Amino acid sequence: MSDIKVKITDREGVLHEVDAPTDMNMNLMEVVRSYELAPEGTIGICGGMAMCASCQCYVKSEHALPEKSDDEEAMLSEAFFVEDNSRLGCQIHMTPELDGLEVELAPEEA
Amino acid sequence: MIKTDILIIGAGPTGLFAVFEAGLLQLKCHLIDALPQPGGQCAEIYPKKPIYDIPGFPEVLAGELVDNLMEQIKPFQPGFTLGERAETIEKLDDGSFIVTTNKGTKHQAPIVAIAGGLGSFEPRKPQLRNLSQFEDKGVVYMIREPEVFRDRKVIIAGGGDSALDWSIFLADVASEVTLVHRRNEFRGALDSVEKVQQLKNQGKINLITPAEVVDLKGTNKLEGVVIKKTDTSEEIALEVDNFIPLFGLSPKLGPIADWGLEIEKNAIKVDNTLDYQTNIPGIYAIGDVNTYPGKLKLILCGFHEATLMCQSAYQRIFPDKKYVMKYTTVGGVTGFDGSKKEAPKAVVKAID
Repeated sequence: MSDIKVKITDREGVLHEVDAPTDMNMNLMEVVRSYELAPEGTIGICGGMAMCASCQCYVKSEHALPEKSDDEEAMLSEAFFVEDNSRLGCQIHMTPELDGLEVELAPEEA
Repeated sequence: MIKTDILIIGAGPTGLFAVFEAGLLQLKCHLIDALPQPGGQCAEIYPKKPIYDIPGFPEVLAGELVDNLMEQIKPFQPGFTLGERAETIEKLDDGSFIVTTNKGTKHQAPIVAIAGGLGSFEPRKPQLRNLSQFEDKGVVYMIREPEVFRDRKVIIAGGGDSALDWSIFLADVASEVTLVHRRNEFRGALDSVEKVQQLKNQGKINLITPAEVVDLKGTNKLEGVVIKKTDTSEEIALEVDNFIPLFGLSPKLGPIADWGLEIEKNAIKVDNTLDYQTNIPGIYAIGDVNTYPGKLKLILCGFHEATLMCQSAYQRIFPDKKYVMKYTTVGGVTGFDGSKKEAPKAVVKAID
């Protein structure tokens, strides 16, 4: 059992510091859902296949993240509110290296 | 008026399987779905993705699962109202319901089963300040009648299969087709990408990448768009009759949210101790659209919920009938189309 700390700013601007397990094959989108930091049905709509952008977030810290896959790159190119530091939460797997990660959830698409 | 026993809203895997379970009880079903084809998310979002947790199928493509379900329910002759969204519900004095779609199609049934998944799929709209002003006045999100674009100047935005496929199709219909996308790369079937390349080389498709539409021009109807190249910030004004943004679909619970059902976490609360009925007797919610303590949004759970829902629906329709669940291995499957499937009879014969 090894947890890391992740700082997540929700869509209302509230900061949450949460423990994320690294041994449960979890991704950031699932961490957000498990703590209910965004209403169910507004995040992780496609289930984590990089086929919607409902888990888009802005990465605020300097952590070295895995490269974007073609699917993630393509999805982000069609998403709204995209910034240079945009990533899909479902494609960021919780690993010990990500301890201290800081992210902000992107606005929900209207 | 379309009349049936169980009106199912949503033709995803859960809704389709409900037809089978209802059929075993001799109940007829009709399905409504906003998408033009059955299968829900499985057909629309991820038909080529393998699923590994359908009992008895070590691996099955989502699209194949839908094909299999359609084959399985064929004997029960379900009706379909596709490409229409269930809009309003009305309860009649006899306890039955009338559900009307956005196109005015009316359906009547004593039982309504909402199997709506995440909701109906609505086109994702680009964030443009004056977009709504030009909706149906040049801005189109879904192409139903390609002929309306004959000899018109059309601009399509998007980088997926539908943007590619419609650009190819309209290249022969419209007088001018422009395709814009925020990247140089497209995500689509390889032959569609190659075909667009070919048409571009022949001058039949005007390709502008990486770029996006940033403004719409016109007085009473759309007359032009402003395109911004994302690499150079150069702005291009283009005269067009139609703007077709194809940015995929996103699900919305939609009008069902206003039917007086108890909603929690964007899902419909149901009684999971019994039959997945909602707070309105006669209306059930099954599959991803419902919620209860311990709910899991899995296809296999939707199948279970559909099965119990049908038993409860039967008793609601026939309160005085006695009924005992029968295994298909014993009773076989008798379709409304006269077909009969059953286990072959064992041969009883002496061996000399």
